[in-house]
Amino acid sequence: MVSSNTEVAYNTKIEGDVVVTRADAVINWIRANSVWPMPMGLACCAIELMATASSRFDIARFGAEVFRFSPRQADCMIVAGTVTYKMAPHLRRIYDQMAEPKWVIAMGACASSGGMYRSYATLQGVDRIVPVDVYISGCPPRPEALLDALIKLQSKMHQDRSAKRLMTA
Amino acid sequence: MPASADAPAALKRTFPQLLDRPSLDHPAFTAPAADVVGILQHLRDGHRFDFLTDLTAIDNGEEATPRFTGVYHLYSTTEHKYLRLAANCPDDSEPSLPTVTALWPGANWLEREVYDMFGIVFAGHPDLRRILMWDGYPYHPLRKEFPLSGIETTLPDLEVVAETGTRVIAAPMVGGPFVASSGEINLTEAEPRAKDESWNEQSEKPL
Repeated sequence: MVSSNTEVAYNTKIEGDVVVTRADAVINWIRANSVWPMPMGLACCAIELMATASSRFDIARFGAEVFRFSPRQADCMIVAGTVTYKMAPHLRRIYDQMAEPKWVIAMGACASSGGMYRSYATLQGVDRIVPVDVYISGCPPRPEALLDALIKLQSKMHQDRSAKRLMTA
Repeated sequence: MPASADAPAALKRTFPQLLDRPSLDHPAFTAPAADVVGILQHLRDGHRFDFLTDLTAIDNGEEATPRFTGVYHLYSTTEHKYLRLAANCPDDSEPSLPTVTALWPGANWLEREVYDMFGIVFAGHPDLRRILMWDGYPYHPLRKEFPLSGIETTLPDLEVVAETGTRVIAAPMVGGPFVASSGEINLTEAEPRAKDESWNEQSEKPL
């Protein structure tokens, strides 16, 4: 005959280690520490973007080293450079091909506002065509500024109501 | 084969229709548009001007006649000499020049750029499409009547326009265009910026 389990309390020897938390915290923790960037390198900012990914500045310290050149495998588009009107529709289509949840970093003056290109050919800010989460100033910004933007984006991710959104999606 | 040192004089003997063109640096001539290909071929084959450095154009102004001038910059890689040839487009409203892609294949993209920016049609060009702006863009941006800030029009992709509602707008020009100061030692001062401080978003541009 099987004896009934009379223990009321939780026994780690039987059940293993358990941590209790909120679903939001877990989901956001996973997302924020494994951002897969889509490098939208359009001008000189892309050089700083490459430096950020390389050993000296090492974006891997923040979990975002997996640069993916396919939008289907990326969740954070880093718009690094001048967006011309000719390029803008392609940028929007690449953004549309990224799977939810997705974020956008506008890197540098050109991506944020058109920068010094007050001209007929340049989109005056990439936020006119995709929703931007973080803007970075600079022409071009230093790699530290991009890392700072990534940290800001991570803190924004931590405030997201992810579980609720997953349930209602 | 004559040396290119006396190329200008020899050229004027061969082609009496050439006119001298004011120039600060290299020999320069103005030729009738119809004769351009023949003269350029003679320069390439007879005077060793084997390299078409640049092919560009001038808009002399909306009221001017002739309005458009095509400019050919030649270089001799053996003699290390430059020469400039200009040709006025006969028609001011529908400017046209003969193509030189048969002489220099590299002229293909240069002519496409001139067509894109000035609207000069190159007769006989194998693939005369826009090269910088998109197909269907209604203006030629380097013409004098075109403002630097641009003219409002639609984006090339209508699906994206429907999704975002974004259009090509005239760029904000407060304080004038961004210009860099050349020869400036202080790099902070040399950085491109709007130089005209007399107007901004709050106060109108003085007339």
